Amino acid sequence: MATGRDDFVIAIRSAFLKKKDKQKFSLLTLIFLSIFVIVLSNLNFKAIQVIKLGINEVIYISSHIASIPENKLKEINLKFKSHMDLYENHQKELIEIENSEQLKLQNEFLTTENKKLRELLDESINSEEIFARVLIDKDSPYLKSVVLNKGTKDKVKIGMAVIDEVYLVGQIIEVNYSNSRALLLSDLNSKIPSVLEPDDIQSVVSGTGGNFGTIEHTQIDYKEGFKNKEIIAYTSGLGGLFKPGIPIGKIDSSSNGQINFFSDFTQLNYVKIISYKFEGEE
Amino acid sequence: MSSLNKSPFFRIFISYLPIIMLFFSVFNEFDFNYLKLDYFAFNFVHLLIFFWTLRNPDQLGYLAIFFAGIINDVVIGIPIGISSFCYLILCSVTAYIRNITLSPNFIKDWISLLFTILLINSIQVIILDLVFLIEVDYINYLINSGFTFLFYPIFFVFFNFLNERISYQAND
Repeated sequence: MATGRDDFVIAIRSAFLKKKDKQKFSLLTLIFLSIFVIVLSNLNFKAIQVIKLGINEVIYISSHIASIPENKLKEINLKFKSHMDLYENHQKELIEIENSEQLKLQNEFLTTENKKLRELLDESINSEEIFARVLIDKDSPYLKSVVLNKGTKDKVKIGMAVIDEVYLVGQIIEVNYSNSRALLLSDLNSKIPSVLEPDDIQSVVSGTGGNFGTIEHTQIDYKEGFKNKEIIAYTSGLGGLFKPGIPIGKIDSSSNGQINFFSDFTQLNYVKIISYKFEGEE
Repeated sequence: MSSLNKSPFFRIFISYLPIIMLFFSVFNEFDFNYLKLDYFAFNFVHLLIFFWTLRNPDQLGYLAIFFAGIINDVVIGIPIGISSFCYLILCSVTAYIRNITLSPNFIKDWISLLFTILLINSIQVIILDLVFLIEVDYINYLINSGFTFLFYPIFFVFFNFLNERISYQAND
């Protein structure tokens, strides 16, 4: 019995402490080093933050370079598909152009009216836009995020909205010197205050880790009213970070209460990083 | 093919292939861990580290694994050090198995892989969810563990072939 225990101790000791010819560090040293790194990365000292920013900068750029051949292949594949669907897409576009021209006129009228009403309330929203390119969109089961090529040198700050065309796709959660990371709406940790139209219900749009979102913090009675209706979720502006009215996604009768985001997060190439300034508010 | 085998560049390339695969999979956007398919994903890096640290640890140094973990954390955006810690736990299990095993057995290795993956994924979930308060999808982890376990035989054949090639060249 004692021999068995001795064997176990010898095997454990050998596994953790013994170095092979080509190994420069023992396993135990590196395990302690990784625990030390985890603890350090959780501390907010200036020196650690600078080191973290440096590591992020180097790795993001290296990862972007390593992904260039793969991204080229993806681009070729997309171009090929788009070429094959050219005629079908053209017919669809013609119908959409006709519809959008009608909507454009309506939209111009509403925008002017909205501006006038805001002036009456002595409230105006100014925004600053920064155009950014998606460097890395490595999806993972743990965090749905993208790395953008704009950072503190371009005045990007944590909490700024990330917009694809006119649709909200996420917000900035980490800023380095020349790049930043945006948390996508589909991530489990994403919670956006929103308003559901046409019923004007305040809610929170939450990510699920999948390709859709869910509505939280509304009463079940309201959800009953969603049946057989198309509901559009817009930002409510209640958090103070985003302006009200940015489209997020829609719930239709076939989506089972799930929000289908307007933007396709797998096809993001260029986005706008926007900060909003609310005047007339203290 | 025999002239290719004698080429010094090919020899070096083959001997560094495990490390190249490791760094390629952590740096690159393409990830078996997230294939955009419902209920299907597996962790290629775990399989790679498990095989090479068990069968031929000289080809995959612990320091390289540590750095690969750091890179993986930065690229996917989780707190730095978690993946390194998990990869090194995987290495410690394989080092222990290597020490207590006289003749390697595929089935025993495969079963120990299951327990190891469940252990390291549990550690990762505990650190992310309870320490860093990052919400994670438990079902995803479970599916990932299951498929990683099931895919081991396929990658075992490929890695074993490569390992034999490397050993053959080393003895040549």
